Amino acid sequence: MSKLPKPKDLASSINYTPPREHWMDIKPEFRPGTYSYPAKPQLVEKMGFPNPHEWSPTDEDWHLPENWQEIVYNTFRDRLEKYRSLKVFMDICVRCGACADKCHYFIGSGDPKNMPVLRAELLRSIYRKDFTTFGKILGRFGGARKLTEDVIKEWFYYFYQCTECRRCSLFCPYGIDTAEITMMGREILHELGISINWVMEPIYNCFHVGNHIGIPPHTFKDIVDFMCDDIEEITGIRIEVPLNKKGAEVLFVTPSGDYFADPGTYTFMGYLMLFHEIGLDYTMSTYAAEGGNFGLFNSFEAMKRLNAKIYAEAKRLGVKWILGGECGHMWRVIHQYMDTMNGPADFLEVPRSPITGTVFHNAKSTKMVHICEFTADLIKHGAIKLDPSRNDDLIVTHHDSCNPSRAMGLLEEPRYILKHVCNHFYEMPEQTIREQTFCCGSGAGLNNDEFMEMRMRGGLPRANAVKYVHDKYGVNTLTCICAIDRAALPTLMDYWVPGVRVAGIHELVANALVMKGEKERETNLRGEPLPGKEG
Amino acid sequence: MSAVYSLIIVLALVLVAVVGAGGGGLHALFGVVIPYVAFVVFLAGFIYRVINWAKSPVPFRIPTTAGQQESLKWIKQNKLDNPSTTWGVIGRMVLEILFFRSLFRNTKMQLKVNGGPSLSYGSSKFLWVGAIVFHYCFFIILLRHGRFFTDPVPGCIEWLDKLDSILQIGVPNIYITEFLIVGALLYLFLRRVCDSKLRYISLPADYFPLFLIMAIVITGILMRYFIRTDIVAAKDLIMGLVTLHPKVPETLGTIFYVHVFLVSILMAYFPWSKLMHAGGIFLSPTRNLANNNRMKRHINPWNYPVKLHTYEEWEDEFRDVLKEAGIPVEKE
Amino acid sequence: MYDKDKIIPGLIIFFFLITFPLWYNLGQAAYESPKPKLPVNVKKCIEDTEWMRANHMELLNEWRDMVVRHDMTHYVNSAGVNYEISLQKTCMKCHTSKKEFCDKCHVKVSVSPYCWDCHVAPEEVTNGQ
Repeated sequence: MSKLPKPKDLASSINYTPPREHWMDIKPEFRPGTYSYPAKPQLVEKMGFPNPHEWSPTDEDWHLPENWQEIVYNTFRDRLEKYRSLKVFMDICVRCGACADKCHYFIGSGDPKNMPVLRAELLRSIYRKDFTTFGKILGRFGGARKLTEDVIKEWFYYFYQCTECRRCSLFCPYGIDTAEITMMGREILHELGISINWVMEPIYNCFHVGNHIGIPPHTFKDIVDFMCDDIEEITGIRIEVPLNKKGAEVLFVTPSGDYFADPGTYTFMGYLMLFHEIGLDYTMSTYAAEGGNFGLFNSFEAMKRLNAKIYAEAKRLGVKWILGGECGHMWRVIHQYMDTMNGPADFLEVPRSPITGTVFHNAKSTKMVHICEFTADLIKHGAIKLDPSRNDDLIVTHHDSCNPSRAMGLLEEPRYILKHVCNHFYEMPEQTIREQTFCCGSGAGLNNDEFMEMRMRGGLPRANAVKYVHDKYGVNTLTCICAIDRAALPTLMDYWVPGVRVAGIHELVANALVMKGEKERETNLRGEPLPGKEG
Repeated sequence: MSAVYSLIIVLALVLVAVVGAGGGGLHALFGVVIPYVAFVVFLAGFIYRVINWAKSPVPFRIPTTAGQQESLKWIKQNKLDNPSTTWGVIGRMVLEILFFRSLFRNTKMQLKVNGGPSLSYGSSKFLWVGAIVFHYCFFIILLRHGRFFTDPVPGCIEWLDKLDSILQIGVPNIYITEFLIVGALLYLFLRRVCDSKLRYISLPADYFPLFLIMAIVITGILMRYFIRTDIVAAKDLIMGLVTLHPKVPETLGTIFYVHVFLVSILMAYFPWSKLMHAGGIFLSPTRNLANNNRMKRHINPWNYPVKLHTYEEWEDEFRDVLKEAGIPVEKE
Repeated sequence: MYDKDKIIPGLIIFFFLITFPLWYNLGQAAYESPKPKLPVNVKKCIEDTEWMRANHMELLNEWRDMVVRHDMTHYVNSAGVNYEISLQKTCMKCHTSKKEFCDKCHVKVSVSPYCWDCHVAPEEVTNGQ
């Protein structure tokens, strides 16, 4: 791992003036801290993915398959035929530049190829050469260039410097979505056997074991038991967590990040306490123990293979509907892809809250409800008792996760919950929240240690907005509804805004939740004394 | 350099028309043949491009949601920025196409590094104003030219013409749109050259249409105020074209042929260039789809079965530990 | 999903909008150039015909300014002939009918000069009188 520059040095290294040379003449420099390590060929092979081979970004020769140009051409053509988005987005960009300063990686790095428009041009230049007559004839004058191995290297560098957060697509007058471009770029690379390990290993784990981390079922149970011990210690209540229970009403699926590491674990405990308190007839699955889907960051095929488990397990267990935990890209997959690729879920029923009787019409086809929708409904109906003063030591701001914001529109639900579980809530500046929210800088499979410098650069806009409310209101808690956020933001906060903790919404819910028969709580879920109980 | 090359090309095109129609007297070629060919290329090309796009399916419903979704009844949905019905989508598309909604959101980022980095985002509406002014002027000018293409001239075109010259300055009355479009074009050009980021991403194909349209506007203005030509003869020629009885009046000046030639070039160039954003915006899947993903299943025509790791395979592998942990299994 | 049901009608609408001039003029009588009725007795206008055709609007505008703003009532043409500046008395002496002369071209190319906002057009002499 490389040495991370100091925040001050990193900030002063940002330069938005583009170089003198034309971008086509500049090769990416594989500097430690700015690229992710390649996927292990054994994993690629075990998944049955194409062209597994040893290679390294810093090598001159990437050992591409012999007919790599043909593979690129054919894959590109295939995706153009399959995705209208790609075809239209290749053709209609006018390079107005509205997207340029919207990308967190551009803001944090100043690298012109991180402007969404130029990121797309990396692909577009080859498209022009191979698929348009003007491009063939005019060549570079027409914005076209020849496909060389350097282009592949450049694609790898920059398509793995995009978190598919879609902020640019919000501002683009034609809705050109760089996430689509990046996904297609990564699909082409995937066909050449080029991908990153931090995506491939979770895919492999999720596929074979059941979750990204590779936690086997019995260990999963141990972890859950351990958390139940903690909950008992805090509340005096022993709760049971049903696993693989047939005939339960609801299947609960959440990202593995929630039961793998702090602070996600507190959010996970929050879910369990809530479900116990309302007496929800639910089960978790150790086969489909992953809500997240790193396949999204690799290829359609990988995404579909991982996602299929959720419906399959819901069917096997005979549940009525599915409840999903706090996660960003998980909800992109569930909201925009799941029903289409693995549906129809005709074996399930339209979700209905057994507590309040609310029917979730907005999920009547996919049959999967976001936990924030579920909890907001509980609070609205007064189905749970809350004591927000238990969170009085927290001065809270909320980070909208990219995908629930821009691929779903889940904006008010978490805020409604927050307003009922804590007393001190402040919004960050409006250009950095809701649909305009900034990425944590580590999404789309880039939450790995070797990529740390770029993560800190990409996370700068988010961190800076937190710093604003930290300085102004003394904000000390950043809530989010995404497991990658919970993994990535603490590092980001420590780097840019020390003194701000990261928490899931349901951690705060559980802190405030007054449970039937609980003892007088002394501490919050983190074992820290509650406000007023410090003595 | 891109800008210079594009300018040279446009000037060369002007020269071609001056030499061809002026010096060479090829009036039939520049007044009839080229406009006809250009129009057919435009029309056929535009339709071809759209059909070509339409041949690829939209496998997933991927709207970029820009506001609160439809969820619980008591949460107010943003029906235009995050529509969940067809009418909502129509509303969103109307805002997008007629009012450039997304561009209206534009912000400008600023980074100050002194004493720790500090980012700020200001509203930035210049590009929106420039784009709106340019497009609407272009559209009005296009409609105004209807007076040369129709007989009798429909009332709405007469009305538009009067409205555009309502200031009653000069003879003939100057059009408001003429000033505005020159200003907008200059702005769009200057931002491309002055902003180093934009200069870096700009291709010759970005400058060329700007110069071409500017040249069309300039020749139009010249023809109206400075190098007058016989307007009645112009209408004779154009009406000949649109009634498919082409004729070439004697009295038309070279300036007219230059103007028509440049317009022909623009028409023929249109379908093969970025100008197709005019058609593409209608087909953009992040804008023209309802965010009703979990309500209504979207069909992917090429959805294919993939290799799964089934529960049975999985249980076979983990049966012992499952049993040991007391987790229920299918097969004992 | 291909959205054929939306794209094809869209393209048809586009086609008809773009070809509007072609079919708009289809049902109309064949286009004829305007033929303003020229004066019978006089052969020459105050300036060369071609020049007048291109610049009459400017000349009239100038005349107006000369009379209204500078109290000049006479105009000397390029050949040195003196004319009284008057729409009614000079121009319309030969071009007797607004309808048969001015309007012919103006209507064809949809020009509506504001001469008649102030001036009263001479009464039209009906044919055969």
